[in-house]
Amino acid sequence: MRATGLLVSVGLLLLVCVASIAVGAKSIPLSDVWHGMFHNAGAGNDVIVHDVRVPRTLLGLIVGAALGLAGAVMQALTRNPLAEPGLLGVNAGASAAVVSAISFLGVTSLTGYVWFAFLGAAVVSVLVYILGGSRGATPVRLALAGTAATAALYGYINAVQLLDAAALERLRFWTVGSLASADMATIGKVAPFIGVGVVLALLLARPLNAMEMGDDTAHALGAHLNRTRALAMLTVTLLCGAATAACGPIVFIGLMIPHLVRTITGPDMRWILPYATVLSPVLLLGADVVGRVVTRPSELQVGVVTALIGGPVFIHLVRRKRMAQL
Amino acid sequence: MMAVRVMAVRVKAVKAIRTPGGLSVRVDPRAAAVVLLLAAAVLAAGVVLIGSGDFPISPGEVIATLLGNGAPAQEFIVKDLRLPRVLVGLLVGASLALSGAIFQSISRNPLGSPDVIGFGQGATVGALSAIVLFDGGAVAVAGGAVVGGVVTGVAVYLLAWKRGVHGYRLVLVGIGVAAMLTAANHYLLTRASLVDAGRATLWMTGSLDGRDWAQVWPLLGMCAVLVPLVLMYGRPLRMLEMGDDAAYALGVPVERTRMVLMGSGVVLVAVATAAAGPIAFVALSAPQLARRVTRSPGPNLAAAAVMGAALLLIADWVATTAFGERQLPVGVVSGVLGGCYLLWLLVTERKAGRI
Repeated sequence: MRATGLLVSVGLLLLVCVASIAVGAKSIPLSDVWHGMFHNAGAGNDVIVHDVRVPRTLLGLIVGAALGLAGAVMQALTRNPLAEPGLLGVNAGASAAVVSAISFLGVTSLTGYVWFAFLGAAVVSVLVYILGGSRGATPVRLALAGTAATAALYGYINAVQLLDAAALERLRFWTVGSLASADMATIGKVAPFIGVGVVLALLLARPLNAMEMGDDTAHALGAHLNRTRALAMLTVTLLCGAATAACGPIVFIGLMIPHLVRTITGPDMRWILPYATVLSPVLLLGADVVGRVVTRPSELQVGVVTALIGGPVFIHLVRRKRMAQL
Repeated sequence: MMAVRVMAVRVKAVKAIRTPGGLSVRVDPRAAAVVLLLAAAVLAAGVVLIGSGDFPISPGEVIATLLGNGAPAQEFIVKDLRLPRVLVGLLVGASLALSGAIFQSISRNPLGSPDVIGFGQGATVGALSAIVLFDGGAVAVAGGAVVGGVVTGVAVYLLAWKRGVHGYRLVLVGIGVAAMLTAANHYLLTRASLVDAGRATLWMTGSLDGRDWAQVWPLLGMCAVLVPLVLMYGRPLRMLEMGDDAAYALGVPVERTRMVLMGSGVVLVAVATAAAGPIAFVALSAPQLARRVTRSPGPNLAAAAVMGAALLLIADWVATTAFGERQLPVGVVSGVLGGCYLLWLLVTERKAGRI
């Protein structure tokens, strides 16, 4: 049953990928999509497919998987239904570090960004986790710690942008969260980090399963609590840092997908994580396609679309009965 | 939650002043002293702020000029350039703090302040739409901010409503709405030309640069009407903190009090934001600081308002003088300080076992 579901999800992912290559400012017929993917004649639709749409789709694929997995791991780690990298300030931390790098150190290449994004994501995720009360964290406390960190960091980001018009010009497109500037070089640089993150996350499924039962039970079952926590934090940092460096902060993917997946799979992380890996890119690429269609010929950045879809989902979760007893 | 804290506070020496005609007023000596001291601090900060800038003027000369005995050149700088800026800062700080005190008291939650629950972002969407989509001038931007702030306030309240507004649900719904509005703001920024984007970013940060008498008058008019009204409702508001039933039994018209106060709070924050942009965290921190300094329970409206004015003027002084040649907008300083304060508040609230 769950295996069939996973197959259906993979089919869905393929459909969205094709849509992502075919739909846009210029619609491309399916036969040309097929042709362009394998033969680049150097003109017409082949160029669009080869140089624009395929990289964009690939980037959406890996970034989506990264964000969804990061959210699932984070929710399991904190045992908190509202944990989400964007909401907990991790993306803001990566942004603040990238902004500093652009403005003060004159870093302009993506290879440069990535390391600063990792640093910012790591520092802020640890900070928020501790401030939120580590293992005793309630959803409210974590969300508030994330909001506070985000607010302070955005104050700083705004200050840097105001003092440096060139940084503003670069950053206002980066901070919105977009796949539009994707190219093969970007993908090549972030893919290794995301690959390591994905493997780590999938390996963590069993220990995280044990931890869901509470620390004492997990300990009795032979799980290494501190090692698992440290690895999980490392995973989240790798995934979020690389994703944010590649296309700016995108919120709510990591919140929505694990909730959706859990309704299909139940609480077993061994199923949740593969499902999240497959379904998160479906959502991200779907949002990207929607963003390209609604304001054609210009486009709505994918970060905006996911926030507009994710906000109501978040509010719904908050209004649910169980959350109301916070 | 806060009701518990009210009960736990020990009984304080509160004096009553009685007149022969049978009228009496309760006076809390510590709170009164705090308000007077803070007011003095606000005046002092105002004089220093007027005196500092590219053309420094000594405090003595500032006071002489304000009283009408200054040199003509100083007269122009003081009265036309710097005094309105300081007045806008003072009134905006007081309005934001007052509105924060109201919302924190009504939601019985120190985090239920307008800037945490998305009013700032709502006002920003309104203002950015005016700047980017309609290429509006100062009046349109201010109008957009008021409309955006009020609509967001109503929307958050309605979304959080589920057989009454629970404090934390209000905060979390506000965070969700704020995230959506932030995305909308980022989108509007990418649609703008670079000049508009710079203007919009400056507005989003909150700034007192170039404020003149045209901003002072609407603020002053609003404060003249709403501040006395809100202060008059101070005692019913304190009763409300004990719960609707207790307040009702004590003769407080619960629903009317809440509607009047929340309406006033929304208007205060919207007009203040229209005048100076969404200056972060004054509304959050001023009431909390006022409560700690006066050591008295309840909303402490007057003390919060004066504290807000003092905080904003001091933040503006830091922003304009601490970074050498470059003058930052006040919102940067208040945002960074306020974010840190919020983190500190989380740590202490947690240690006290209240979250």
